[in-house]
Amino acid sequence: MFETLSYETLQIYWWIIISLLGGFLVFLLFVQGGQTLMDRLSNNESEKTVIVNITGHKWEFTFTTLVVFGGAFFASFPLFYSTSFGGAYWVWYAILFAFILQAVSYEYRKKKNNVLGSKTFETFLKFNGFAAPFLLGVAVSTMFTGSLFSVNKANIVHLGSNYEAVISQWQTPWHGLEALWTLEHLAFLQNILLGLSVLVLARLNALLYIRKMTDNKNILAKVDKCVPRHSILFLVLFLTWFIRLLFIDGFAVNPFNNEVYLQAHKYFNNLVENPISLIILLLGLISVLYGLYKANFKKEEKAFWYLGVGTILTVMAVFFMAAFNNTAYYPSTFDLQSSITLANSASSHYTLSVMAYVSLMVPFVLAYIIWAWRAMDSHKLNEKELEQETEKY
Amino acid sequence: MEHVNWELVDWSRAQFALTALYHWIFVPLTLGLSFMLAIMETIYVKTGDEKWLKIEKFWLRLFGINFAIGVATGIILEFEFGTNWSNYSWFVGDIFGAPLAIEGIMAFFMESTFVAIMFFGWNKISKKAHLTATWLTAIGTNLSALWILTANGWMQNPVGMKFNPDTMRNEMENFWEVLFNPVAVNKFVHTITSAYTFSALFVIAVSAYLLLKGKDKVYAKYSMLIASVFGFIGIVATIITGDGSAKQVAKYQPMKLAAMEGLRTGSRGAPLIAIGKPKHTTDKDLTKAIADDFKGNNQLDVEVEGFEIPYGLSVLAFNDPNAFVPGVNDLVYGNEKEGIPSYAERIKSGKISIEALANYKKAKKAGNNDEAEQYLKTFKEHFKDFGYGYFDGHDMNELIPPITISFMSFHTMVILGTWFLIFFPLIFWSVMKNNIEKKKWLLRLGVLGILLGLITQEAGWITAEAGRMPWVIQDLMPTMVAVSHIETSGVMITFFLFFITFTALLIAELKIMSTTIKKGFNN
Repeated sequence: MFETLSYETLQIYWWIIISLLGGFLVFLLFVQGGQTLMDRLSNNESEKTVIVNITGHKWEFTFTTLVVFGGAFFASFPLFYSTSFGGAYWVWYAILFAFILQAVSYEYRKKKNNVLGSKTFETFLKFNGFAAPFLLGVAVSTMFTGSLFSVNKANIVHLGSNYEAVISQWQTPWHGLEALWTLEHLAFLQNILLGLSVLVLARLNALLYIRKMTDNKNILAKVDKCVPRHSILFLVLFLTWFIRLLFIDGFAVNPFNNEVYLQAHKYFNNLVENPISLIILLLGLISVLYGLYKANFKKEEKAFWYLGVGTILTVMAVFFMAAFNNTAYYPSTFDLQSSITLANSASSHYTLSVMAYVSLMVPFVLAYIIWAWRAMDSHKLNEKELEQETEKY
Repeated sequence: MEHVNWELVDWSRAQFALTALYHWIFVPLTLGLSFMLAIMETIYVKTGDEKWLKIEKFWLRLFGINFAIGVATGIILEFEFGTNWSNYSWFVGDIFGAPLAIEGIMAFFMESTFVAIMFFGWNKISKKAHLTATWLTAIGTNLSALWILTANGWMQNPVGMKFNPDTMRNEMENFWEVLFNPVAVNKFVHTITSAYTFSALFVIAVSAYLLLKGKDKVYAKYSMLIASVFGFIGIVATIITGDGSAKQVAKYQPMKLAAMEGLRTGSRGAPLIAIGKPKHTTDKDLTKAIADDFKGNNQLDVEVEGFEIPYGLSVLAFNDPNAFVPGVNDLVYGNEKEGIPSYAERIKSGKISIEALANYKKAKKAGNNDEAEQYLKTFKEHFKDFGYGYFDGHDMNELIPPITISFMSFHTMVILGTWFLIFFPLIFWSVMKNNIEKKKWLLRLGVLGILLGLITQEAGWITAEAGRMPWVIQDLMPTMVAVSHIETSGVMITFFLFFITFTALLIAELKIMSTTIKKGFNN
């Protein structure tokens, strides 16, 4: 079935899967968002524990989605995996480090004799909550603003030194952190804007999830206060980033000779020339706005789902804009021709088709996740409920 | 290769070793205990006996403490191929990435979804649904082991692929060959059954401790009963697959076998050292020898002494007492009589392959297709030695794995494995006879088992990984060509960052675990 598809179609198929995983990852960052809110939304220790347990029952999903996102990228577009992870070393390690601390912090926070103390584990959770969404946003933004690296697949035959033999070489000693202060074309501003957008969105999704999951009045009152501010802040940050994106020069690929060149308002063109991206973007934005409307004016629990679906669709559209319509999705500003495209970074036709069969498992995975999610979220969580639980964070 | 930044290579290796060894402190327990939990819960659901629920919940608490840190240490490994071994990631990513992705889609989601239900779903879903979740957690964890070991097995014995000179990488040709790679299959079974063994040792150790303290006697003995049966099946399977593993190493990685046995010169009817040590470590500087090995300063004149089993090695490696087992010298200098080429020849051949590939690229670029074809032919003829070409002009010692480490870890693993084979029946027998409480010596040995088990686990991985040095992919890519283009200082920073973090978390884990254990089943 899949092996009869063209190489290009398989690359597109896999980019859609990567985009879907990216969308789910950003949505699931609500767990991180919740971690940053544990003090803001609670009056006392037991309320804090309620909040920690609400997001705590879901941390494995975010964590696993991140790992699968990395694994799927490795399998389908290995050149991105080797170039970005090996190059933007510090950005990725900062993200990973934040996740190492998260996994244990939930489990050990309230355990007796935990050596480091509850406060330390809470600090770890907050660090993960702030750093992971922000840095993931910055990393995604560099798909549009570019990074400083070179790629030469023929380096492997260099017998001079082991440095020369490396295919992907990052060109700054900051290894990715420079995304935060690169002045050319105000790249730093763009990158930071998306980082902050993702962070505020994660908190917003968390607020709506907490609203849905608890009936503690104090917590709910604080959530009500936070939602409007976060909604406005998110819209300002994200729309500034997005509107600027439509006007910056983008990294286009000439389909005839694979040459990469800069094209004025390339990403605007990508929307106009590729209606699918446009439709998904519009659906996403409408769903986000509808969710915000329901959250702010109706205080409906369902708002979480509208905002969630909107988040997933919008992220997918952003990924589509980065790669489809002859665009280099991981551009190099150091050497344009080193820029990474779907075609030059993809796995072989054979591997992509094998992996396409594997992707048929995704609906089953989604089905049991939905079942498990429903079963687990059937009860509201409050102090009383938690007292009766034998297992809790 | 004229210049190699060995510091970078060694620190990158050290970081991978650190993260992998730390990860492996926790994984075996997850792999085995998850099945034991499923068995306990099944008994509970079938009999309705609340005692089994209490037993399960105690072990579940310990499972959770261990699971969190296992996950935490694992995430680095998934990304470390890219961050620290970026050349490797492109060179073989077309094959190696697939099992990692499948592991995520097929196993990690299953594991993480159902582990949450296993912990928090007690009052939310029916008993049977909960039991299903517990079983699926166990299956999920073991499936993840399947895929990661398929990936590791492929590095030891690369099959099912072909080099594509236009993309300059290896590409998958046959997925089933990768999955059913004999090395991978054997490695999978060997690893998970050894993990079951370790989990059983853990359960016995904790139960033995409680018995020594005179606490929760009934629960502890029931736990021991399950664990001793589970562990015995585990160790028998581990030994059988260990034998299979030795035969595969002999076939695909003869240098690893020579290092494991410290075999200087090969022979027909080679004896097996049962207990012994490399000779050059007799004069009380074992530490120095290990340090030398780590720096790659192996001495070619290794020799071991100890208690020998006649013909043992030939039988272990080839099932034939008269089979020829090559030693380090045979492999380095070649052995014409046995048809083994020398490393000098292989290096020469590998260099021809690399240069032909470079010339192919040039000819292709210039549009000389006929010439390119010729180079391609030469490249393919010598491809089996491709990785050796990078060692042109290097000290031959760099192609020899650290012998002291390989020898000591291999023998430690085998000796302790043999002890477990005796240990589990002893426990089973004493529990059945209902006199284990009186046998304080056995209980103390039981407590010690946790440490011995851990040493065996780590020794196994050290044998497998140190023994295959300098190859990240056997015969195709050495460590020095696989690393990323990063500063050594950067790797040192992440190394110490992980070292300090993991150690702090480990201390916290041990404290929490021992507090929970001391409270016993009636918590």
